[in-house]
Amino acid sequence: MRFGADEPLMMDSGIALAPWQIAYQTYGTLNAERSNAVLICHALTGDQHVANDNPVTGKPGWWLTMVGPGRPVDTNRFFVICANVIGGCMGTTGPASTDPATGQPYALDFPVVTIRDMVRAQAALIDRLGIETLFCVIGGSMGGMQVLQWAASYSHRVFAALPIATAARHSAQNIAFHEVGRQAVMADPDWRGGRYLLEGTRPSKGLAVARMGAHITYLSEMALHRKFGRNFQDRAAPTFSFDADFQIESYLRYQGISFVERFDANSYLYVTRAMDYFDLAAEHGGSLAKAFKGSTTRFCVISFTSDWLFPTSDSRAIVHALNAAAASVGFVEVESDKGHDAFLLEEPEMFAAARGFIDAAARVRGIA
Amino acid sequence: MTTSSLALPATDLATGHRLDFLLVADMVEPGSRVLDVGCGDGALLSLLRDRKNVDGRGIEISREGVNACLSKGLPVIQGDADTDLADYPDDTFDYVILSQTIQATRQPRVVLEHLLRIGRRAIVSFPNFGHWRVRVDLALKGRMPVTENLPYSWYDTPNIHFCTIRDFVELCREVGAQMEKAVALNAGGKPMQVSLPWWVWNLLGDQGVFLLKRK
Repeated sequence: MRFGADEPLMMDSGIALAPWQIAYQTYGTLNAERSNAVLICHALTGDQHVANDNPVTGKPGWWLTMVGPGRPVDTNRFFVICANVIGGCMGTTGPASTDPATGQPYALDFPVVTIRDMVRAQAALIDRLGIETLFCVIGGSMGGMQVLQWAASYSHRVFAALPIATAARHSAQNIAFHEVGRQAVMADPDWRGGRYLLEGTRPSKGLAVARMGAHITYLSEMALHRKFGRNFQDRAAPTFSFDADFQIESYLRYQGISFVERFDANSYLYVTRAMDYFDLAAEHGGSLAKAFKGSTTRFCVISFTSDWLFPTSDSRAIVHALNAAAASVGFVEVESDKGHDAFLLEEPEMFAAARGFIDAAARVRGIA
Repeated sequence: MTTSSLALPATDLATGHRLDFLLVADMVEPGSRVLDVGCGDGALLSLLRDRKNVDGRGIEISREGVNACLSKGLPVIQGDADTDLADYPDDTFDYVILSQTIQATRQPRVVLEHLLRIGRRAIVSFPNFGHWRVRVDLALKGRMPVTENLPYSWYDTPNIHFCTIRDFVELCREVGAQMEKAVALNAGGKPMQVSLPWWVWNLLGDQGVFLLKRK
């Protein structure tokens, strides 16, 4: 969806971005009442291909366990929309897009993006699609931040909200991890001050290291131990070198290498920055409850026991604020040893909670 | 193992609703805001929603219970009465209900004080440990009672703070709660005569149900 020079995206940085575009996928059919639209918000390195094969990687959609025919977000019942975030690199305007002022990629001239900017862009898309009220907004991690922002900024347009494994503000520890990742990208000589596209290089090593570090934070000690332990990779003994002796090293290297094939390094800087800046309470005088004051949205918050990146205490803070705002909120902490990534994996308890919440909300909303 | 000194929760044959739930529902004004602490699978909250048009919320410690509630469309959060009530602002609800749960809390007095702070009124129901069958188990058999309603042995029971109806009345005095209504249910789940003296309730009452208000 394209927005021309007369329809700029007004960003938190004060910049009016124009022209701009947002890439999205839809599944299912919008009903006559236009009441069955579900918006899926993707996480940091996700994209709009939530339930179809990814055209870049050829891999299946990233949330097929949650979205599809007969799934909790049943595409036979709901009209599902998923859009690439602003600042991303899968078709929505971002730092790799061409700056109309120069005819060259924006690179670091692209304005810094916030979670609220992402949500504004999605709202513009929803407007264009002729949808007044979303039946449900769903997302995990950074997607969950967008869900919370939607509920705070456009309360009247969100019937139900399902934020998963997320927080109303990014913690100091998480900002720290992001900064390490960004520094890894910027330390790569091929980054060229962000102008690598112009200069024909790619900061692949830096971005891969960033991904390797970040990937550890998505797992848990228990999951790593269960999956890899101290097992050697294709060898019986240490080689007394810095080769990838251990399976976990080999695994992380693979994660890093495969990531750089599908993700733009500058986008990684921008999107991590958006998460760092997220602090929903700060927009409301430091009170998270005020962000949800008078909200008629039905909320269901889900966290995972082994998620140390977005621990249950973050979700509880959201729940307390919603309670203080007298909002309708359900909350469940799912027992899992898979860490933060659990929300993307096979977690029957999460599906049961999501399905129960969505079905009950659909009954109230009168969706067949 | 002795069983059946206290019967399973009695139900209304016509509707299948638990009689103690129906009694609690009678105490709640229509259209009010209610928090059910320890709401289980949401049976009481559904009853209140459907019969009294109540805006109901719940706290439940078990994941299975929370999921059952979510699928009924009830906004229930996974939590613990002992730790999570402190997070609710004053006067958030018209009624806070603690149904058959106070005996399982670590700090019944603190919990009761929170109920009276969060809600304008509190409704508390609990199994009466002063019931004559319980007394018989202790006095004659010399054993902690194990019943159908409370089927745990002393070493694995979640019910760590049993009290009698008289004990609870005393606690209400101590925390300055005003008793607006007090009902004892017999083993059949029927309310006992109001005119009976406390000691009779304490001996024959299977459950106590109290409607309390801050003084």
